[in-house]
Amino acid sequence: MEHYNMNLTLKVWRQKNSNDKGGLETYQVKNISSEMSFLEMFDVLNEQLISEDKDPIAFDHDCREGICGMCSMYINGRPHGPWHATTTCQLHMRAFKDGDTIVVEPWRAKAFPVIKDLVVDRAAFDRIIQAGGYVSVNTGVTVDANATPIPKSDADKSFAAAACIGCGACVAACKNSSAMLFVSAKVSQFALLPQGQAERESRVLDMVAQMDKEGFGSCTNTGACEAECPKEISLENIARLNREFAAASLSSEE
Amino acid sequence: MALNSKIPQGDIDKKWSNYKGHVKLVNPANKRKLEIIVVGTGLAGASAAATLGELGYKVKVFCFQDSPRRAHSIAAQGGINAAKNYQNDGDSVYRLFYDTIKGGDYRAREANVHRLAEVSVNIIDQCVAQGVPFAREYGGYLDNRSFGGVQVKRTFYAAGQTGQQLLLGAYSALERQVALGSVKQYTRHEMLDVVEIDGKARGIIARDLITGKLERHFGHAVVLCTGGYGNVFYLSTNAMGSNVTAAWKAHKKGAFFGNPCFTQIHPTCIPVSGDHQSKLTLMSESLRNDGRIWVPKNKDEKRKANDIPEEERDYYLERRYPAFGNLVPRDVASRAAKERCDAGYGVGTTKQAVYLDFRYNLINKYGRAEASKLGIENPDEATLVKLGKEVVKEQYGNLFDMYEKITGENPYEVPMRIYPAVHYTMGGLWVDYELMTSVKGLYALGECNFSDHGANRLGASALMQGLADGYFVIPYTIGNYLADEIATKPISTDSKEFLDAEKAVADRITTLMSIKGTKSVESFHKRLGKIMWDKCGMARNEKGLTEAIAEIQALRKEFWKDVKIPGGINEFNPELDKAGRVADFLELGELMCRDALDRKESCGGHFREESQTEEGEAQRDDENFKFVSAWEYKGESEWVLNKEDLIYENIKIAARSYK
Repeated sequence: MEHYNMNLTLKVWRQKNSNDKGGLETYQVKNISSEMSFLEMFDVLNEQLISEDKDPIAFDHDCREGICGMCSMYINGRPHGPWHATTTCQLHMRAFKDGDTIVVEPWRAKAFPVIKDLVVDRAAFDRIIQAGGYVSVNTGVTVDANATPIPKSDADKSFAAAACIGCGACVAACKNSSAMLFVSAKVSQFALLPQGQAERESRVLDMVAQMDKEGFGSCTNTGACEAECPKEISLENIARLNREFAAASLSSEE
Repeated sequence: MALNSKIPQGDIDKKWSNYKGHVKLVNPANKRKLEIIVVGTGLAGASAAATLGELGYKVKVFCFQDSPRRAHSIAAQGGINAAKNYQNDGDSVYRLFYDTIKGGDYRAREANVHRLAEVSVNIIDQCVAQGVPFAREYGGYLDNRSFGGVQVKRTFYAAGQTGQQLLLGAYSALERQVALGSVKQYTRHEMLDVVEIDGKARGIIARDLITGKLERHFGHAVVLCTGGYGNVFYLSTNAMGSNVTAAWKAHKKGAFFGNPCFTQIHPTCIPVSGDHQSKLTLMSESLRNDGRIWVPKNKDEKRKANDIPEEERDYYLERRYPAFGNLVPRDVASRAAKERCDAGYGVGTTKQAVYLDFRYNLINKYGRAEASKLGIENPDEATLVKLGKEVVKEQYGNLFDMYEKITGENPYEVPMRIYPAVHYTMGGLWVDYELMTSVKGLYALGECNFSDHGANRLGASALMQGLADGYFVIPYTIGNYLADEIATKPISTDSKEFLDAEKAVADRITTLMSIKGTKSVESFHKRLGKIMWDKCGMARNEKGLTEAIAEIQALRKEFWKDVKIPGGINEFNPELDKAGRVADFLELGELMCRDALDRKESCGGHFREESQTEEGEAQRDDENFKFVSAWEYKGESEWVLNKEDLIYENIKIAARSYK
């Protein structure tokens, strides 16, 4: 693969804290290698800002291998940028060319308030999990792991749903800021497994109720979430969530 | 100081059950009055906090990330070991115990490792009950794969995302306890000191990373699950935030540091591409199930990998270690790669890489099996490649995708280029059998402690240890301590000890911010990393280590005179967070070099050039070094070495051979 260097114009959202109004600021970076990751390009910019006695840009990141779900940049109008099924940390600069202008904003959603610059608060996702995203089993269970065979196709589908990294790109991509893809992935993971059956109905009702309470919008089936999801979580999960929710609502005694 | 490892009496396979049968208990009413602080929410921390909450203790759990689910256990790829023997291939608790001790080059404590092997089977049961979607076979039963240093298939997995699935299991158990009110969760909080009162750990000082405010938290006991310190090398497979700070503060408050020089350099990582590099990415060891490692036989090879004929390739692991081949343990595979590259046979532009090639198994193992299933007779190569690809994709798809995103090359078509990188630290806080450090009431679990992996960890054993410690060990052992604390009322965080500890933390932050020097935190971290990698990395010698100690001391001085930290104290300031962590790495690096200098033998990941066989294999010295080095902090650049002799009663100690 040919390597090349590029000069870029960056327009980055700067916001001191959650009360600040914030706005885009323009920066120039030079000699960026096509081999760098997008976040390494931000490292270069931040080192530059520090050397100029300016405040570096705050952004969330940790594993830098696409699995922790911490990184969260809205790049040129797309969560995690132009590459399909890729987190910001795995996006590499060969996606861009010399002279490009790149606009970088935080996730935008009422339920994800900005903390500083590109860093947002996603604690709402933890609270949705707290509402029911688990199997109620204490440590110490003695049932052998192979006691219940699970059809491979169910296990595979459950795994595909469980691959969600909780980054929030689905919310950021959605014009309604809906968290349906996130919630449906967790509901599906358990609905497909025998271990999840005991709490199947209460789980979906409680998680959806918490999602609504957090201020996420409704789902209007535009599919933007699936298109932008770095882990390719399927819209089928939303369909399953809707079925699970309807069935649970009908049979609910309350 | 004499070290008491508190190993229970009796036969090795009875020690843990005897211990559990006689350990002190805390009744449910008293548990509700006892408070426990857990720091870190990886596999060890999340499983410990959830389980202690289930038992009825009042738990506070802290993590620096924005959610417990992001702790770096999430990135573990290949799998988790357990002695289930579901494959009927001769596995047993004893074999897992034996493999782990041997893999660790006879530098781990027998009793701890045997317990680990015993509880490994419970972990899999627990995870399946939680709804962790492990890979399954068509009959619906759990599938296994092989890992290095082992001749059975005992590794459970979920594609290349096993750590993620296990952590999400522990995280969901934790969030359930948060919802039930037994655990209180503090995200974006960093522990900056342990508070000791009358010789016992009684709480922590934490910093809210959003507001910058310091907080004082009381606990009857403190449990550190804060991971390893591989980032002392700057470039490693660790997450950017992974750090030694919590463990280091504990060390300075009296917790001994065990075997700090035992670091694991993982053989299969994506090579460094340039100075901009911020981290290195692992390609799972599970790939060595199907990938063959080779370099060209010709030093000046110019052809592309696929154009080099079979007879001109050197499958050096298969050549040197016929019994284990590509599945030798990590330390052995890493050194062999370094040897080939140092000798001039490396590939790629930097010549610091070897090939990891899937083509052979893709065609011959998977392609043929699929063709046979479909009844295709005499399939051509293109068909075999096509069929084999599908299977390889199912097994390792996410890893192949990741490789392509980073390098721009398609590993289904061309071999991966890989090189060793810092991955894991076997060393850590010294703990006894109960996982208590040398400070009463202060525990260390998972990678944060030194206990189970000796001088080299086997693949898929980190996940096993993290969850063993958190789900199945600490819930028993902490009761033995807390049973004597039921009369201890919560201590006011306005007490002198808390206020003094907070002031010391505040003063250090103020000092850091007032330096106002000229060089960024990052630049110091990079320079430290280079010293460590060059002189305390895959090969070490007396001269290099002596130089490294002086260089680190000088760098530390420069840091405290010339570091430049932008922003303020009472605000969200990641540069300040990083500065505190790098300052601690600058102290730890020196201790690692001292430990490496002191241990004149080679063992596991610690290779002293002065101690090798004629064939270039590591030469252990059991007569002089069959001990754990437990370093006691006495002040800046001053340590006292305490030794815990290792006694092998159940395994015959021998030269480690994978030939």
